[in-house]
Amino acid sequence: MKKTMTFAAALLAASVLSGMASAKTLVYCSEASPANFDPGTTTGGNDFDASSRTVYSRLVEFKHGGTEIEPGLADKWEISDDGLVYTFHLHPGVKFQTTDYFKPTRDLNADDVVFSFDRQFNKQNPWNGDKYLPNLTWDYYTGMDMPKYVAKWEKVDDLTVKLTLTEPNAPMLANLGMDFASIVSKEYADQLEKDGKMADFSTKPIGTGPFQFVDYQLDAVIRYAANPDYFKGKEKIDDLVFAITPDATARIQKVLAGECDVAPYPNPADIATIKANKDVTLMDQAGLNIGYMSYNTTIPPLDKPEVRHALNQAIDREALIKSLFQDAGATPAENLIPPTMWSWDKDVKTDAYNPDEAKKVLEAAGLKEIQLWASDRVRPYNPNFQRAAELIQADWAKVGVKATIVNYEWTKYREEGKKKDRPGAFQIGWTGDNGDPDNFFATLFACSAIGVSNYSSWCDKDFEDLIQKAKKTSDQAERTKLYEQAQVIFAKQAPAFLLAHSQVYAVVRNNVSGFKMDPLGIHRFDGVDKAE
Amino acid sequence: MLRYLLNKIALLIPTLVGITICAFAFVRLLPGDPILAMAGEHGVAPARYEELKQQFGYNLPIWEQYARYVGEVATGDFGVSISSKRPVLEEFKTLFPATLELSFFAMIFAMVIGIPAGIFAAVKRGSWFDQSLMGTALVGYSMPIFWWGLLLIIFFSGYLGWTPVSGRIGLQFFFKPITGFMTLDSLLHGKWDAFRSALSHLVLPAIVLGTIPLAVIARQTRSAMLEVLGEDYVRTARAKGLSGARVIGVHALRNALIPVVTTIGLQVGTLLAGAILTETIFAWPGIGKWMVDSIFKRDYVVVQSGLLLIALIVMAVNLIVDVLYAVINPRIRAA
Repeated sequence: MKKTMTFAAALLAASVLSGMASAKTLVYCSEASPANFDPGTTTGGNDFDASSRTVYSRLVEFKHGGTEIEPGLADKWEISDDGLVYTFHLHPGVKFQTTDYFKPTRDLNADDVVFSFDRQFNKQNPWNGDKYLPNLTWDYYTGMDMPKYVAKWEKVDDLTVKLTLTEPNAPMLANLGMDFASIVSKEYADQLEKDGKMADFSTKPIGTGPFQFVDYQLDAVIRYAANPDYFKGKEKIDDLVFAITPDATARIQKVLAGECDVAPYPNPADIATIKANKDVTLMDQAGLNIGYMSYNTTIPPLDKPEVRHALNQAIDREALIKSLFQDAGATPAENLIPPTMWSWDKDVKTDAYNPDEAKKVLEAAGLKEIQLWASDRVRPYNPNFQRAAELIQADWAKVGVKATIVNYEWTKYREEGKKKDRPGAFQIGWTGDNGDPDNFFATLFACSAIGVSNYSSWCDKDFEDLIQKAKKTSDQAERTKLYEQAQVIFAKQAPAFLLAHSQVYAVVRNNVSGFKMDPLGIHRFDGVDKAE
Repeated sequence: MLRYLLNKIALLIPTLVGITICAFAFVRLLPGDPILAMAGEHGVAPARYEELKQQFGYNLPIWEQYARYVGEVATGDFGVSISSKRPVLEEFKTLFPATLELSFFAMIFAMVIGIPAGIFAAVKRGSWFDQSLMGTALVGYSMPIFWWGLLLIIFFSGYLGWTPVSGRIGLQFFFKPITGFMTLDSLLHGKWDAFRSALSHLVLPAIVLGTIPLAVIARQTRSAMLEVLGEDYVRTARAKGLSGARVIGVHALRNALIPVVTTIGLQVGTLLAGAILTETIFAWPGIGKWMVDSIFKRDYVVVQSGLLLIALIVMAVNLIVDVLYAVINPRIRAA
């Protein structure tokens, strides 16, 4: 008997050990600690990597590595002809994660979807305010203008949800793929509310995503396990670990030493070292951003497109980009939107460097002096406003235009810069939220954005008609045509000098497959595998 | 002795008030504001901005905000983090053992090398060893922690592969914390390889954090020793025919150590300040890294309460050192 027991114990130990040996663990060296694990309440990319992209799913998803929308928890959806009613059909049999702190008794249904949004705006919902967490602000829900566009969310039946809008808004679908729109479990919320442990909702997440939460050691390590019930099939890696490593050089050293498999945001100075290493690959992509310089199109002579074109032509953009971005590199911007975004028109080109031509036009227009604005802040789309200003100043001096550099601290800078009567050229940029062209064209150059984020005070009727029409049209092919036309007008009118889309990088060990750079700046581990 | 102690404690009160003012003012003097920082790249509409300002109480007059803050702190309420929404005290308690463990090992490293080196330099005063030690100590004292840390990582972890790059323990080890000290917890769980892993992770950060205290201790030990070695009783001891080791080890060292102990106590402030950079480089989950993150996020609550908690600890340690000093040296009490 004793022998049998020993044998059984040895067998058990062996099977546990072999199980451990075959468990595939992927280590991601993340750049910062997540504020918490409830994506509705946070705003940082690192927060979303650790919560919405691992633990949760949404009604619709962005295509891995792109900005197109594809089915998520909703298998399909219909949009009414007037563009006001969206009906989502949920994938049947989707299970919420089973963990040691929650065992779901039912599948995902329409109640979860309605609850996920209701909690973000309905003041009567106990999860909206202090009862859940102190000082909640729901920044993305309000930031994306959801309160303005959403009339109501309704449950039609268990697997059907209806969203009614106050006015047609085609980008709404892209909004629903964003992190704040992650679907949470109402059953879990109810249970925590009953137990008086509502704060746990933000520290012990339950979702329907590819990985389930296991443990978080504050500021050090986050552990996840593959969700065995994931509705798109269990992931190939068994364990996912986030090793929080804030220093960029240490992060890269960790990948090189094999202590982690993937790391984001290397220092430009380390790029040569990474490229020289045979065990790792440096992945890059033009980020979903744009650095530009807005001319105030209402103040003569900048109200004339030919003068704006001439100022653009006077700038040696290639040298400027090289000096600003150095080894990190950047894609020169031909359009307001980056090439990774749908509707980007490859035939549209911005002004080429031509100082001789520029000089003629500027002399004829009598432009001798101009203000050139710069701030102190490092932005992903422009690492050094001041340096850029100095180089542009020198280029303009060559064509007889004397630029005076105007400096302000970042907050004050934007406040002054957005004023309708601000003179001269104002350096600024943008990082996209949801991959929808509307998030660039309308947010930055709509007539209604003058005084808010239209730093050119540019209101062109043809352009405006096109982007407003595109906003109200739900057919993507139709929208693409409208945005292409808008890009042609933008290039012709030149309300701004377009600088570049900066590159985003990640370092990946060569035995990792399936990892993709994402234009939205998120880091996803679904579909990723690792060879031993 | 009691009177001495009460005097020292009474002196702490104005210091404490000063610290609350500094912590409160410091974070508000930084350009940028917590609401904009929270909203991220997207910014907030003006109306919403005003609404949020009101929600957080930033619309109140500055003195009223300060009064509120002091009132809360006085009742032991250190507030709730703006970004993580967790109580500041709870986060502090979770993270502090990591800083303490690192500081402890850094101090051990500094003492084990600093004290013998200082003694040897004093005994061999003017020799090449003395001169090179003092030169090295000056370099160590002026070493920028950030650069030093990265240099060690690139050489020992990257090039030689001897030590792990960063973190507190190998990722394969995963157990519930008991004391919060990784070395102790691994032993309490009976995991030897975890213990070895925790120790190996301590090597580089402890060296980096211990470098400045090491330089200070070595110099202090040397000068204290030199002073004592010139005293009459040392000469007497030598004249009695005692061995050189006994004279230095027993007669001189015991007396020379008094100022060294004070120096070590005062290094606690240096350690906590150094921890801010060391922890950031080595991804060490302690209060230094926590403070840096909070400053970037303009998390007023964490920064002001965190500073206060750190200051309280430094003050408590200094008080203990003062008391110890008085115990060792009765002349202080009378003064």
